[in-house]
Amino acid sequence: MALAASVSIAGSPARAGMSPPSRFGDRAFEWLTLAMASAVVVLVILIGWELWVGSSLAIKKFGFHFLTTSTWDPVAEQFGALPFIYGTLVSSAIALVIAVPLGIATAAYLTELAPLWIRQPLTSLIEMLAAIPSVILGLWGIFVMVPWLRNYPFPFLKQYFGWIPLFTGPIYGPCMFAGGIIIAIMILPIITSVSREILRSVPDLQREAAYALGATRWEATRIAVLSYAKKGLFGAVILGLGRALGETLAVTMVIGNTPQIVASLFKPGYTLASVLANEFTEATTDTYLGALFEIGLVLFGITILVNLLAQVLLRTIATTSATRAVQ
Amino acid sequence: MMINGAGATFPYPIYSKWFDAYAKVDPSVRFNYQSIGSGGGQKQILSQTVDFGASDGPMSDENLAKAPGKILHIPTVAGAVVITYNLPGNPALKLDGDTIAGMYLGQIKKWNDPKLTALNPGVKLPDQDIVVVHRSDGSGTTFIFTDYLSKVSSEWKSKAGNNTSVNWPTGIGGKGNEGVSGQVKQTPGAVGYVELIYAKQNKMPYADVKNSADEFVKATPDSVTASLATADVPDDFRFSMTNAPGKDAYPISGATWLLVYQQQKDATKGKKLVEFLKWALTKGETMAKDLDYASLPDSVQQRVLKRIDEIKY
Repeated sequence: MALAASVSIAGSPARAGMSPPSRFGDRAFEWLTLAMASAVVVLVILIGWELWVGSSLAIKKFGFHFLTTSTWDPVAEQFGALPFIYGTLVSSAIALVIAVPLGIATAAYLTELAPLWIRQPLTSLIEMLAAIPSVILGLWGIFVMVPWLRNYPFPFLKQYFGWIPLFTGPIYGPCMFAGGIIIAIMILPIITSVSREILRSVPDLQREAAYALGATRWEATRIAVLSYAKKGLFGAVILGLGRALGETLAVTMVIGNTPQIVASLFKPGYTLASVLANEFTEATTDTYLGALFEIGLVLFGITILVNLLAQVLLRTIATTSATRAVQ
Repeated sequence: MMINGAGATFPYPIYSKWFDAYAKVDPSVRFNYQSIGSGGGQKQILSQTVDFGASDGPMSDENLAKAPGKILHIPTVAGAVVITYNLPGNPALKLDGDTIAGMYLGQIKKWNDPKLTALNPGVKLPDQDIVVVHRSDGSGTTFIFTDYLSKVSSEWKSKAGNNTSVNWPTGIGGKGNEGVSGQVKQTPGAVGYVELIYAKQNKMPYADVKNSADEFVKATPDSVTASLATADVPDDFRFSMTNAPGKDAYPISGATWLLVYQQQKDATKGKKLVEFLKWALTKGETMAKDLDYASLPDSVQQRVLKRIDEIKY
């Protein structure tokens, strides 16, 4: 969705500069690609429409309270999405805090510092991380990551940083923190590879100019490269966030699936995508289904907002080369 | 000819075995069953996109009213839900409705609670926090479990109630049987509920549960069949068999149903479907025990066969 839209945006100025196409083949090609591009738009509108229609019953019944209340009770048919919205945003935030520095630092190493023979294998390895199926990561999460977190890093955090409300309370294992870490692992590849493309597109003139002024390698990387590519890197982060919001299966397996709003990251949480995956197949009543549709609508809305934000940011990136890298 | 069905995941292993075996009985029909969940099964039979639906819970009056014709409930097999746990040495435990509800309401917090030690004389229960684990996904297993709790505890009934997914008073949610058993196995002091088959396959301990005749009963296909024999089964077969009377009855158990229209639209398909149902309820039932499902007791089986005869095509 974001991809197709930015292709058409990037395409328009280039086409304006060309002489109008005269041959039939060019015309046909233009119409064909236009049809493809609009199919994507139509699809998005249809999905939004279907979600709207499906959730109309819940929207009518709960109104705005759906977004501001915390009870999720399929028996009494009282539904509020706030803990899920909270869980989605918090787990994504944890993921970004972990994955952004890791991803950008890896990208900087790969483009600026790494010897040539190490670049290709390392890049392939990072891309392979993206190929691990979500359910495998989830099972690995339950059986390996969560027990390890519960036995080593979590008690450490509790002991030394327990004065921060984020690290208080009993440690069960599955929790908001574990969910955030799994998401971080899943969005790391996209943040790294997009950042790498953006850093690669920084003109060498930038680096040469910095070195000419007597900058050290660190200074050149910081001032001439990272700072120059700031906007593009921000776009990479937004793309990662878009991913993070929708990650479902692996998160569901380690987050503990309890709709609550608590400060401690050691407590279980719940996300919008998880509750959909968990409850949709066995929901039978109309109100219940409507509420689940509305959860989908809320997630759709949040994702679109994030993507729009990404579009706006990407369009403001100064160099077209940086834009192309993101695509 | 292809007969399409969709719905419950719990009976999927036995259904696929039936379809496989039935291909030898009548090579002219093939079955295509998609285990998309009970909710999906009910929706699809209502919208007539499948020839039969399957559900781990009976359909509500509200949903039946939406159907374009009369839908029959055909119970096929039943299964037990067991209470599994993770304690040092995993001793054999005995539980009753009161203590199970107490743990899941968050009122019994420690394994050495007097209520638990009173039920288990001779077992040394540790001074350890109970970590309650429940299913996070909507499921027939949860429906059976909360149906049982609602019957044995009025407090549970008013606070949480009975559905495929409820507003849990406490605990952490694991996705699917594998999620719950994974978390129970990984978390010292955990208690969870899973299907009997799953606990057996994974060699997890499970408690004997006190039934309404005050007997502690082990979950087995036989003790589930026993509870179905004594349960109150109404004429439309929309029954709940939890906490059934009878001293051999295991109390946390439930049946699973096939959903078919009484008036079949396609005469040849209808005929083949009826033939299959009769075979499943007779020959098919004998395969249940091997897969740790409970077969229907004779009394119920005869009534169901009569109902199948009422299908018109």
